[in-house]
Amino acid sequence: MAHGPAKGITRWLYTTNHKDIGSMYLWFSLAMFLIGGVFALVIRAELFEPGLQIVDPEFFNQMTTMHGLIMVFGAVMPAFVGLANWMIPLMIGAPDMALPRMNNWSFWILPFAFCMLLSTLFMDGGAPNFGWTFYAPLSTTYAPPSVTFFIFAVHIMGASSIMGAINIVVTILNMRAPGMTMMKMPLFVWTWLITAYLLIAVMPVLAGVVTMMLMDINFGTSFFDAAGGGDPVLFQHVFWFFGHPEVYIMILPAFGIVSAIIPTFARKPLFGYASMVYATSSIAFLSFIVWAHHMFTVGMPVAGELFFMYATMLIAVPTGVKVFNWVSTMFRGSLTFETPMLFSIAFVILFTIGGLSGLMLSIAPADFQYHDTYFVVAHFHYVLVPGAIFSIMAGVYYWLPKWCGNMYNETMGKVHFWLAFIGLNLTFFPMHFVGLAGMPRRIPDYSLQFADFNMIASCGAFLFGAAQLLFVYNVVATIRSKHKATTEVWENPEGLEWTVPSPAPYHTFTVAPPIK
Amino acid sequence: MLSRVSRSYVRLLASLGLWSASATTWAEEVERWGVNMTQGVTPMSHNVYDLHMDIFWWCVGIGVVVFGVMFYTMIAHRKSKGAKAANFHESTSLEILWTVIPFVILIVMAIPATKSLIEIYDTSESEVDILVTGYQWKWKYEYVGEDVSFFSSLSTDPNEINNLVPKGANYLLEVDEHLVIPIKKKVRFLVTANDVIHAWWVPALAVKRDAIPGFINESWAYVEEPGIYRGQCAELCGKDHGFMPIVVEAVSEADYEVWLSEKKASAAKLKALTEKEFTFDELYSQGEQVYGKNCAACHQPDGKGISGTFPAIAGSAIATGVLGEHMRMVINGSSNNPMMAAFGPQLSEVDIASVITYQRNAFGNNMGDQVQPIDVLKFKQAK
Amino acid sequence: MSNTSEVQRSVTQQVTRLLGVVVAMFVFAIWVLPPLYDVFCDITGLNGKTGGQYQAVNVVVDTSRQVRVQFLATNNEGMPWQFAPEMASIKVHPGEEVEVRYLATNPTGLTMTAQAIPSLVPFKAAEYFHKTECFCFNQQSLNAGESAELPLRFIVDQDIPKQVNTITLSYTLFDVTADIALAQSN
Repeated sequence: MAHGPAKGITRWLYTTNHKDIGSMYLWFSLAMFLIGGVFALVIRAELFEPGLQIVDPEFFNQMTTMHGLIMVFGAVMPAFVGLANWMIPLMIGAPDMALPRMNNWSFWILPFAFCMLLSTLFMDGGAPNFGWTFYAPLSTTYAPPSVTFFIFAVHIMGASSIMGAINIVVTILNMRAPGMTMMKMPLFVWTWLITAYLLIAVMPVLAGVVTMMLMDINFGTSFFDAAGGGDPVLFQHVFWFFGHPEVYIMILPAFGIVSAIIPTFARKPLFGYASMVYATSSIAFLSFIVWAHHMFTVGMPVAGELFFMYATMLIAVPTGVKVFNWVSTMFRGSLTFETPMLFSIAFVILFTIGGLSGLMLSIAPADFQYHDTYFVVAHFHYVLVPGAIFSIMAGVYYWLPKWCGNMYNETMGKVHFWLAFIGLNLTFFPMHFVGLAGMPRRIPDYSLQFADFNMIASCGAFLFGAAQLLFVYNVVATIRSKHKATTEVWENPEGLEWTVPSPAPYHTFTVAPPIK
Repeated sequence: MLSRVSRSYVRLLASLGLWSASATTWAEEVERWGVNMTQGVTPMSHNVYDLHMDIFWWCVGIGVVVFGVMFYTMIAHRKSKGAKAANFHESTSLEILWTVIPFVILIVMAIPATKSLIEIYDTSESEVDILVTGYQWKWKYEYVGEDVSFFSSLSTDPNEINNLVPKGANYLLEVDEHLVIPIKKKVRFLVTANDVIHAWWVPALAVKRDAIPGFINESWAYVEEPGIYRGQCAELCGKDHGFMPIVVEAVSEADYEVWLSEKKASAAKLKALTEKEFTFDELYSQGEQVYGKNCAACHQPDGKGISGTFPAIAGSAIATGVLGEHMRMVINGSSNNPMMAAFGPQLSEVDIASVITYQRNAFGNNMGDQVQPIDVLKFKQAK
Repeated sequence: MSNTSEVQRSVTQQVTRLLGVVVAMFVFAIWVLPPLYDVFCDITGLNGKTGGQYQAVNVVVDTSRQVRVQFLATNNEGMPWQFAPEMASIKVHPGEEVEVRYLATNPTGLTMTAQAIPSLVPFKAAEYFHKTECFCFNQQSLNAGESAELPLRFIVDQDIPKQVNTITLSYTLFDVTADIALAQSN
C-alpha cells in the first residue's frame, strides 16, 4: 500500500505527507528569517551612527514594521509548525497528521500571503509603516493605501495558523499509539498541544481586530475613532488580548524542544516531567489575563494597572519552575556539548536573562521609564532570538540527521553557534543600556549619548547575520553529505522518532508501535 | 611573582573599598557611563529609580544562583571528566520550594511597587496645570487658566541631521520653545493628542503618558532642582516620531512668574503684527525659516518632495496656480489626505503669509506675488 | 493506513467543536469586547468617559464642601472653529445642578457640523459627574460665520469621595461634516 513520493513539482504542490509539509514550512521559514534579517540589517545600518545616512524616516518605519511582521508571522511561527508537522506524528507513533489535506492548504496559503505582504514595499505610499503592533488611528486614518493588503495577508496567515492548530490538537488527542497516555507524551508534544489551544483561542481575535480596522478604514464605522464614539485604546486592548498569548505561542514549543534535547546530552531523564506539564499549562492560562502590561502608560485606572502588574509578576513563577527543572536535568548528568546542546544551554541562560528583564518590566511604576524604549527591545529580542530562534536551530541540528539521514559537520555547527552567540549578545545586550539611558523605540536617528552602544549593536547585528549564512551552508551541506547517520543518531536518546531509520521513511508507523 | 600578584590584588581591593565606601558616587559614576536609568529630579523619580534598582538586584541575585549552578554543572558533570549520570528525575519538595520562594520574592517586590503606583496616580491639589497636546510632529503647551499657549518644535538644524555640519551637544533634544515650569510646585500635565497617539516622556521627571486623540490623561511632577530636562515622544506616531523632543526648563517661582508675563505680552504683540504690512523680502526670509521648520520634513528642503508620498512644491500646480487655492491648502489642509495637516490653527497669520510667499517664489517658482498676514486673517474669516 | 471509522468520528467531532471555538472567539472580538469595554469604562471611568444623559433623583446638595470643575477645549486635527469654555473653572457644591457654556464660532464660509467628545480626569471621578444636558449629546451644526453658546448642565454627585476636590473636563471638537455627507450619500 505504501509507495514512494511522486516526482517533480507536483509532489510538493499536492503532498499530504507530514514530512514533506514539515520540510516546506521549515524552508519557507528559513527564507523569511533571512528576509526579515535583511530588514533588520537595514535598520542597524541606519542606526550605526547618529544622523540620517541610508534611508529616510518614512522607509525606516516600513523596515521596522516589516521586520517585525515577517519575523513573527513568517519565521518563528511557521518554523515551529514545521517542527510540529515533522515530529509530532513520529513522537506519538502516528502515521501522519489527522487532516493531511487541510495540512497542505495550511502551508500553501502562506507563500501567497507573504508575497502579497512583501509586495507592499513596491506599492504607492509604501509598505505598512505603523509598527507590527499597528495601533489605531496611525494604522487606520493615517495608513498608507497598502494597509488593505496588510489586512488581507494577516487574515490569510491567521487562517493558516488556525487550521494548523486544529490539525495538531486533533492529531494529538486521537492518533497516539495505544499505550501512550497523555502523561507519557514527550514534552514537545505537550507544549505544542497547549500552544495549539492558544492559537485557536486568539488568532480569531487578531482576525477580529483587523476586520474592525478594515471597517473603520473603508466602511465608516468608528470602533477606534473618538469622533464617532469609539476609542483608540479599545484597539490596544483587543490587539494585546491576542498579542500576549501570541508571544507565549512563540515560546512554548521552544520549551518543548529544549526539554527533548537537554536530557539526551545530559544522559539523564527530564527532571520533573509532571511539573513541566503543569507549569506550561499555568503559563498558558495566565497568558490570557496579563495583556495590559503592554499598555501601562495608556491611562488605566489604578486598580486595573495593579491587577495587571500582579498577574504579570505571577507568570515568573511557573517560568522559573521550568528553568530550575532544566538545570536539575543537567545537574549530576553526564554532559557532552554537541551543537544542539550548545544552543539549548544558551537558550536556558539567555532566555532567563530575557525573562528577568521581563520581570523588571512588570513593575508598573518602573515601566513608566522602560516602556517604548530600547529596554523593551532588548527584553523581547532576548526571549525571541536566543529564545525561540535558538531553540529552532537546536531542533534542526538535533533532528536533521533523522530527516535526511546524514550527520552535520560538528565543527561547523559549533562555529555557527559561537558566531551567533557572540553576535546576538553584542547586538542586544547594549540595548538594555541605551534603553535605560533614555533612547525610545522605533526612531531612525538618536542623540549623541546613545552613539557608542548603537555602533556596537550594529556590528553585532552584521556578525549575527553573517553567522546565519553559515547556518544555511551547514543545512545544505548536511543534506548533500556522504556522512551517514545511524538510527539512534545520539547516545540513547528517548522518543519514538529514534526508533525509525535515518532518514525516516516516507511513511512511518503505518502499524502502531508498542509503547512500554 | 606571587608578591607582584598579591600587591595588585591589594591595590584592587583598596580601590574597590574606597569606591564602595561612597555608594552615591558609585551610582553617579554608573549614571555618567550612560548605562543606567536617571535618578531624576523629583521625589517620584527617585522612588522609581529605587524600585528599578531593587528589582534589578533581585534579578542579578537570581541569575547568579541559577547560572552559578549551571556553570558548575557544565564543568563538574562533564562526560569527558568521567561523570556518570545520576538517575533522579523528580522531587515534589524541591518543586514546592522553588515555587514558593519566588512567589515570596514577588510579594516583597509588589508592596513598594503598589505604594509608588498609587502615589503616581494621585494628581490632586496641583498648583500649575498644563495641557500638553501631541501633534504630528511637535508639542503644544497651554497653561490652563493663564491664556498662554505655544507650539514647541525640534530646533536642530536639518544640516546636522543630514551630516553636512557637525552635530551639536543637544542634537535632536533641543526645541524652539521650552516648557517652563516652577520648581517646588506640584505641576500637573494633562496630556492629549491632535491626530494619532503620541506619548509625552521626560525621564528626569519619570513622567510618561500616552497622548490619545479625543481623550485626556494626567500625570504630575514636583521638581526640586532647577535645570533643563530633555525627553522624547515615546509612541510611534509616523514619519518624524524621532524628531519631536521635549525640553522642560524648571526655574524658581519668581523667574516663572516673570516668564509667564513675558509670554502674555509677546502673544499680544503677535496679534498686533497681523495688522502690519511687511515687505516682500521680510516675508520671503521669514517664510524660508517657517518652511524649514514646518514643511521641509515632508516636502524636502529643495521643495522636490518624495515621489509617490509627498508632492513637490517646486513647479507644483498649487504653488504656481491660483493664490486662493494655495492658501486653502495651507490653512485648511488637504481635504482627502490627512497627511497634509491644516496649518491655520497651528501657525500665526504672519508665519502663514510668509511661508506661502516663500513657496510661491522659491524653488524656481518665481510667481512674483505675496501674501500679507491680514489677507490670511480675512481668508480664515471669509474663506 | 487510514483511520478507523471510530477515530474518524472523534476527529470530526473535535474539529467541529474547535471550529466553533474559532467562530466564537471571532464573534467575541468584534461583538462582545467593544461593548464590554464600554461597560468597563462606565464602571471604572477608564479614559474619563462620562456617560449619557442623566436623570437626577433624590438630589441633596452638600453645602459643606465645594469641588472645582475645570473646563478645557481642544480642536482635533484641522478643525478651524473657535471653541473655548466661557469660564476656565467654577466651584460647585456636590448635588447642585449647574449650567456653564462653551462658545463656538464657525469662521469659515461653509456650513459645518461638529461632534464634541468629552473626557474627564481623575478617572475615579467620572462616575460621579452627571450631565443632564450637554452639547456633546448631539452633533452641532453652524452656518458660515455663525456663533453659538453651547450649554452644559451637570451635577457633581453628592457621594463623590472626599479626596476629589478638582475635576477637569475636556472636550475635543471633531469635524464630522464630511462623514455626514458620506453617510447621507450612501
